[in-house]
Amino acid sequence: MRLSVQEASFDAGAELNAFSAGVAGAGAVVSFTGIVRDSGGTLSAMEIEHYPGMTEAALQKFADQATEKFGLEKALVIHRHGRLQPGEAIMMVATAAGHRKDAFAGADYLMDYLKSRAPFWKKEVSKGGANWVAAKDQDEAALAAWSLESAPQER
Amino acid sequence: MSSETRPETHSATLHLLYFARLREDLGCAEETFVLNPSLQTVQALREALIARGAAWAKALDGARAVRVAVNQTMARADTPIKAGDEVAFFPPMTGG
Repeated sequence: MRLSVQEASFDAGAELNAFSAGVAGAGAVVSFTGIVRDSGGTLSAMEIEHYPGMTEAALQKFADQATEKFGLEKALVIHRHGRLQPGEAIMMVATAAGHRKDAFAGADYLMDYLKSRAPFWKKEVSKGGANWVAAKDQDEAALAAWSLESAPQER
Repeated sequence: MSSETRPETHSATLHLLYFARLREDLGCAEETFVLNPSLQTVQALREALIARGAAWAKALDGARAVRVAVNQTMARADTPIKAGDEVAFFPPMTGG
């Protein structure tokens, strides 16, 4: 399991290749890369603040939970902080499992927890000023869905 | 509640941290807070900070959602606090 909270940029392709090379027994690898979106063409930067110490602990906890819940063979989480330009990769998740569904579900679960439970905060900087990104109700709803299904479902 | 007892000689303080919009609105990233023994929960601490008035009342009075972590674990209003704890206040997270 590789978990990294870093300011430096990363090469998502190289990370995925390295990740996939070490999972011969798995059979399924899923990856997700989040990119700084410039929806209106006005974004000059994305600033990401985090809570050193708690962030690393939270990533470890979510990765452990995903590994147990979906029987993952391996997981990768990279999340950047600091000042990023539009088009840069913010974060990446990869999962390896015996079969496709668990790999997809594990990645989806990790993403839902990273969005709303890992202590990161995004601020959009444009020519007109800077605004903290507001949390979305739908992100909370996504987390609630995992806890609803977790109790009765056997995997 | 905590059953831990500390000798009187310990300086009873908390390490408070503020992040993101809260840090900016308060003009404060961290502080050492002298802990009055009557403050035993996150809610009591939050009320003591609100009593500072001005920016503190505005930032913490609940008009906008505030999350709290005690010793880097997410906490609730009734989570106990004790001397030496690290307590962080911040807006809902927006990672990913």
